[in-house]
Amino acid sequence: MTTWLVQHLTAMRDALRRLFGAPLNTLLSLLVIGVALTLPTAGWLAIENLRAVAGDTPGVQQISIFLTLEAGQPEVAEIELRLQQAKSGSWRYVPRNEALMRLRESAGMTEIIGSLPKNPLPDAFVVTPADAQPESLELLAKTFASWPKVAHVQLDSAWVKRLDALLRLGKLIVVLLAVLFAGALVAITFNTIRLQILAQAAEIEVAKLIGATNSYIQRPLHYFGMLQGALGGLCAALLVGTGSYFLTPPVAELAQLYGGSFTLQGLSTTDIVALTAIGGGLGWLGAKISALIHLRRIS
Amino acid sequence: MITANAVTKRYPEGHEALKNVSFEITAGEMVFLTGHSGAGKSTLFKLLAAIERPTSGSIVINGQNLAALRRNAIPYLRRKLGLIFQDRKLLFDRTVLDNVLLPLSIVGHPVKDAPRRAQAALAKVGLPNRAKAFPITLSGGEQQRLAIARAVVNRPAVILADEPTANLDTASAIEILEIFRAFQQVGVTVVIATHDPLLMARLNPRILRLDQGRMSEPLCTPASDAVTP
Repeated sequence: MTTWLVQHLTAMRDALRRLFGAPLNTLLSLLVIGVALTLPTAGWLAIENLRAVAGDTPGVQQISIFLTLEAGQPEVAEIELRLQQAKSGSWRYVPRNEALMRLRESAGMTEIIGSLPKNPLPDAFVVTPADAQPESLELLAKTFASWPKVAHVQLDSAWVKRLDALLRLGKLIVVLLAVLFAGALVAITFNTIRLQILAQAAEIEVAKLIGATNSYIQRPLHYFGMLQGALGGLCAALLVGTGSYFLTPPVAELAQLYGGSFTLQGLSTTDIVALTAIGGGLGWLGAKISALIHLRRIS
Repeated sequence: MITANAVTKRYPEGHEALKNVSFEITAGEMVFLTGHSGAGKSTLFKLLAAIERPTSGSIVINGQNLAALRRNAIPYLRRKLGLIFQDRKLLFDRTVLDNVLLPLSIVGHPVKDAPRRAQAALAKVGLPNRAKAFPITLSGGEQQRLAIARAVVNRPAVILADEPTANLDTASAIEILEIFRAFQQVGVTVVIATHDPLLMARLNPRILRLDQGRMSEPLCTPASDAVTP
């Protein structure tokens, strides 16, 4: 146990010494890894923020049924009965007077509504379907439209669905980017470790001859790859953090111009830890593969 | 301690470096492995150090059969042997002390105690004041002593040396052999491959003579060997 710990500490110290022994090399490697990780991270952050915008939007998955203006109490009762029989989910009746009253409450509308000769709004039903599948929503909307005295049926989720599809596409692109750049990170580490093994060929040969196990030789290399990857991850977090710091004010301003309040969410502590861990893991993988391949040549 | 039984080593290109070699070395013995260059000394050294495997036959060191040793058990066998290579294999990018610290690091010796232990090994070979020097600044004899210090720092029960006095003047060579004798006197088994007959006479060791890959019989006495090389 103690020996095991001593060997790991020694390997770690060895890796750190090599990392800081060539500061320029290390800095360049970290920058390359940082940039490689920045792109997918920034993409992911953008998607997360857009999803927050979409999630805030009310009226998701609702169907509004507007009756014709001449529809009266019997027609309303008829629709209520049909909705009860259809068992398509919960629903709410919005009488035309209530709708007008609510409209009057919204800012700037009082005068306009006061100038109207009569209530232009129809009676309406807002249905929240139990089954939110896009196909069944379409089917329900069609059924409602065929009922008597129904003037218009609106599927409120349409644009949300479009945004959702877009977000899913974006997410896929981010995942593909992430895979691509993860491969790049592994390749960068692979090459760094290859060069290290070449530079230390004499030492490795001697160590093997006097009883070093493969683990003893590989351990510092693994640590090196892991540390380099983890520091690269931190570097990426720093780059993304700087980016979102500069983007937050203009985004908030833009949101305000559209009458909303939206704050750009940067990376959380968990995100930074995850990014560092992913960088470290990928670096370790690159080092592991490289050590396996290149150490075999030194007997 | 070391038993070789009908050991044959044939290289892929067909050259037979060792032919049916058998011998036994008891614990605490000092043995010279001798013969002309190309007689198979270095090959036998490589087999004893598990750097190569015999084509047939068995080599048993400390109860372990090298021919049947699993690949990942080899490092642990080597740690029990003090190996001194013909080309010394010193690391010139680090100090004398760091060279001696390497075997301690390999076995996971406590970091705090390691320099003391390494320093003691350097003192034993007569290099107590060169710890901070770089190997390139050492003379040939000093470099060889450094190689011995590195081999013995883990206190092996067996020392295997391949041509340890090659390229050394007689005075340095004698110093080196005295160091080996000192280790033998405290119970270490010492096996030295050499073709230098002059030195053998001084130590009165047992001699195993190889001739074109065969162990020549009977084992000659050091005196007769020195007179008729």
